[in-house]
Amino acid sequence: MNPGQFLLTAILLSSFIPGIIIFSLPEEQHRLRTILNLCGSIIKISLVLVMDAAIYYGYIFEIRIPLIPGVDFLLNADPLSALFATLSSVLWLLTTVYAVGYLEGSPNRSHFFGYFSLCVTVTIGIALAGNLVTFLLFYEMLTLTTYPLVIHRGTEKSLRAGRNYLIYAFSGGAVFLFGVVWLQAVVGPVDFSATGFSPSYLDSHGTVLILIFALLIIGVGVKAALVPLHGWLPQAMVAPAPVSALLHAVAVVKAGAFGIVRIVLDVYGAQNLLLLGCLPLLTAVASITILYGSVRALQQDNLKRRLAFSTISQVSYIALGVSLIDQPLAVIGGLVHLVHQGLMKITLFFCAGNLAETLGIHRISEMHGVARRMPLTMTAFTIGALGMIGIPPTVGFISKWYLGLGGLAGGNWWVLAILVVSSFLNALYFLPILSRAWFGKQERPWPEELYIGRFETRLMLLVPPLVTAFTVMAAGLVANAQISPLTWVRFIVREYGL
Amino acid sequence: MIFFTTETPAWIVAPVVLPLIAGLFCFLFSHRTFSIALIAALLNFLAVCFLTRQLILFGPMHCHMGGWQPPLGITLRTDGPAVLMLLMTAVTGLGITLYARGYFSHRMVTPVRSDRHRQQQRYFWPLWMLLLAGLNGLFLSNDIFNLYVTLEIVGISAASLAALSGKPASLLASFRYLLVSLLGSLTYLLGVVFLYRSCGVLDLDLVQNLAGDGVEVRAALALLSVGLMLKTALVPLHFWLPPAHANALAPISVILSALVVKGSFYLLFRFWFEVFASIVTSSALNFMGTLGAIAILWGAIQAIRQHRLKLMVAYSTISQLGYLFIAFPLARVAGNAQLWSIVIFMALAHAFAKSAMFMAAGSVYLHLGHDRIKDISGVRSSLPITVFAYGIAGVSLMGLPPSGAFIAKWMLLSSSLASAQWWWALVVMSGSLLAMIYVFRVMSRFFVIPAGLPPDTTEPLSPLMEWPSLVLALISLFLGLLAPWPLLILAEGSTSLAQVFPGGMP
Repeated sequence: MNPGQFLLTAILLSSFIPGIIIFSLPEEQHRLRTILNLCGSIIKISLVLVMDAAIYYGYIFEIRIPLIPGVDFLLNADPLSALFATLSSVLWLLTTVYAVGYLEGSPNRSHFFGYFSLCVTVTIGIALAGNLVTFLLFYEMLTLTTYPLVIHRGTEKSLRAGRNYLIYAFSGGAVFLFGVVWLQAVVGPVDFSATGFSPSYLDSHGTVLILIFALLIIGVGVKAALVPLHGWLPQAMVAPAPVSALLHAVAVVKAGAFGIVRIVLDVYGAQNLLLLGCLPLLTAVASITILYGSVRALQQDNLKRRLAFSTISQVSYIALGVSLIDQPLAVIGGLVHLVHQGLMKITLFFCAGNLAETLGIHRISEMHGVARRMPLTMTAFTIGALGMIGIPPTVGFISKWYLGLGGLAGGNWWVLAILVVSSFLNALYFLPILSRAWFGKQERPWPEELYIGRFETRLMLLVPPLVTAFTVMAAGLVANAQISPLTWVRFIVREYGL
Repeated sequence: MIFFTTETPAWIVAPVVLPLIAGLFCFLFSHRTFSIALIAALLNFLAVCFLTRQLILFGPMHCHMGGWQPPLGITLRTDGPAVLMLLMTAVTGLGITLYARGYFSHRMVTPVRSDRHRQQQRYFWPLWMLLLAGLNGLFLSNDIFNLYVTLEIVGISAASLAALSGKPASLLASFRYLLVSLLGSLTYLLGVVFLYRSCGVLDLDLVQNLAGDGVEVRAALALLSVGLMLKTALVPLHFWLPPAHANALAPISVILSALVVKGSFYLLFRFWFEVFASIVTSSALNFMGTLGAIAILWGAIQAIRQHRLKLMVAYSTISQLGYLFIAFPLARVAGNAQLWSIVIFMALAHAFAKSAMFMAAGSVYLHLGHDRIKDISGVRSSLPITVFAYGIAGVSLMGLPPSGAFIAKWMLLSSSLASAQWWWALVVMSGSLLAMIYVFRVMSRFFVIPAGLPPDTTEPLSPLMEWPSLVLALISLFLGLLAPWPLLILAEGSTSLAQVFPGGMP
């Protein structure tokens, strides 16, 4: 085992082992559990950062275990994996802190944190997967490990949501498997590579390859919540807030979007897709999803549901960006949104969770004047919301700027139009919340005031959204610095030679 | 150690003789039954490991018992598939032995009807050892009449085991099971008679060489197949399986569902793809594939409709057995080696997963006193390991990666797509999705936090009832990652290259 393989294994084990230990811990041992969780995530972040640096200097990480002829288990860290792995491990730490505070005193916590750790292991596995089979393995595992989190509350409503989630996710998985097997039958085993498979198959199997592309995109599109495959996401909002944060910003939806990126860039490759000419379809689906999600978000009164529809809309920026593959600027915009959307959305979910946990507020109509009771939470929320709308200097602006530039550079003025319309809709559904919270007057007592103390809420609930909100601003302000998501994404795009 | 690594084929009899002796001892020393059975199961496992090692070192072997050459003598032989089936039986058997110990010791504690429990235990161990000997003999034997004998041993001991619970429902089910099993054996015997009439030999290799494409041979194959299909519970001959499997005592359900049905399937497969491969037609293969497809869908739909956990698991067995048959029509494209790997992976994965799942179901039943699916909420906090085992076994039944079933399904899908027979692929995919529904219908109930207080009958189960099921479930889950090893053993191939040893007993 060379050092690179050792590092990859350690990165996976740094959350897997704590997860297994946590399962076996008795319910009361919350101190030990928290220590394990935090140590695991800090170790993971450090290891991932070491990996990032090594990747930057061109080190090649690879673990390959042949299973049956033509099917390998392959872990392979490239710059794109590093992007997703870093995002997941950093946000995992914050979400863990948040979840410890959030679930204080609730039942079944050892199960919750056990699955939580497994879930992050699997997400990192998705980031590191080096071929479609390995990706599929972790992709299905992700459904399994998130399911118990979605139905954690154990109510009938959550069971129903969980059932829907499973049906959507596993049907998607089945379609994906079908596509993967078929692709392998046509072009042989494909490892992720910057060029995709050999273009020699395009002439003989053009139509079949387009069909397979559609199957693969449908397969990952279920998790990425592309319309019309998004039905499970708003329902899954019954899960506890840290789970929603995880689902939307780190693991599930992101894994779907990441899958789209992998399929477009690494399986098919830019050249092949341009020759096949099937990308406009993806562009169209992504654009429809962006607009549809925003319109539906407008109609929601439940805060978490509004955020869920907003996720559906925002994640499709990623798909939109990579679907304009001949425009490097658009690809940069899409890829960097993978990180930016995660930061913004996790902030918003943390804040929504704080409102629910502290004051029992679940609906937007109950939010009048809440900023006076919880100024810090609402500041973080505001930054996240402004980011979603795309106001400088937040990171949301950076994503939209690059997407728009890419669209214009390719002569696709309608991309800009979609961005403008979508931003306008974002403003329509976020600004009323902000104005109500900051300038509204409290009309009724809070639905259920659960926490009264020194700070506006428990410290462990307050710090994570502040940190992410700060990052939303900071990463936008120093986007061109040596170390920022944008710089890294530029590095990725350079690697692909676009 | 030198003794074991030499080329002596004597070890081949150990998997048959050891459990047989142990069965006898269990009968004689009824107060030491568990220790005897455990030692036998362990020794059996070791012997099978030696056989595996021998196979890898020296290739397939034939051993003529007592030095008599066929057609007079009886031949045992090892090859890749046989050894893998032996390994499957040995590992599952070890788990079952431990689990049964936990099960019976738990039931002994409850004073009500403890006499009956003592009696059940007394009969269980000898019968289980007998069945193990019969199964091992079935996998090793190379003689078509000898195979009949092992089929009878397995069938009769299985039916008696199924009757052990003593409840009216189980008596009825096991009686029906016995009749079906006898009918199957008789049909098989009739096939043997036909074959003997036309070829005059019983040794499988000789039959393979001598059997031409005559009416008699075809009739013989048809009779053999129908007999074995009846025992394997292929739709539409499956009617006897769910009540028999679901009403038996928990360890016995495991034995029946995980091991017994595999035995007759293994024979059927050998007949179709080795012995009589030359006379099997495409339409016959398609017919079997169609029955398999119906079994997958029908079994899964029935499993979804069940209200009792053990019945659901039993119907899932019918569905999973269908996957073994759906591989048949792909024989022409996939080639025999690929076909063997599909079937063996499916059989291994199912044996481990299904034994884990039946063990879990049995523990839940014992814990709650019932297995109504709608009322099993709250088990998660009292039996966490069992619930885990159930979940992992379910994942394996659904064929998700990295389970062994995933490898099998991958090969099924790729050969059906490569030969443009995509409808088989569709059946396989829908089967997995239906499996998802029946697995998680129960799983979600486990996660419900019950409204009232937990039932006060919660006496902790023995760890022997929880851990074996988890370990077996994990084996089945990670079988896919261990795939190179079974493939290595399988690559030792069929009997055609076997070395023949005249020697007999050591």
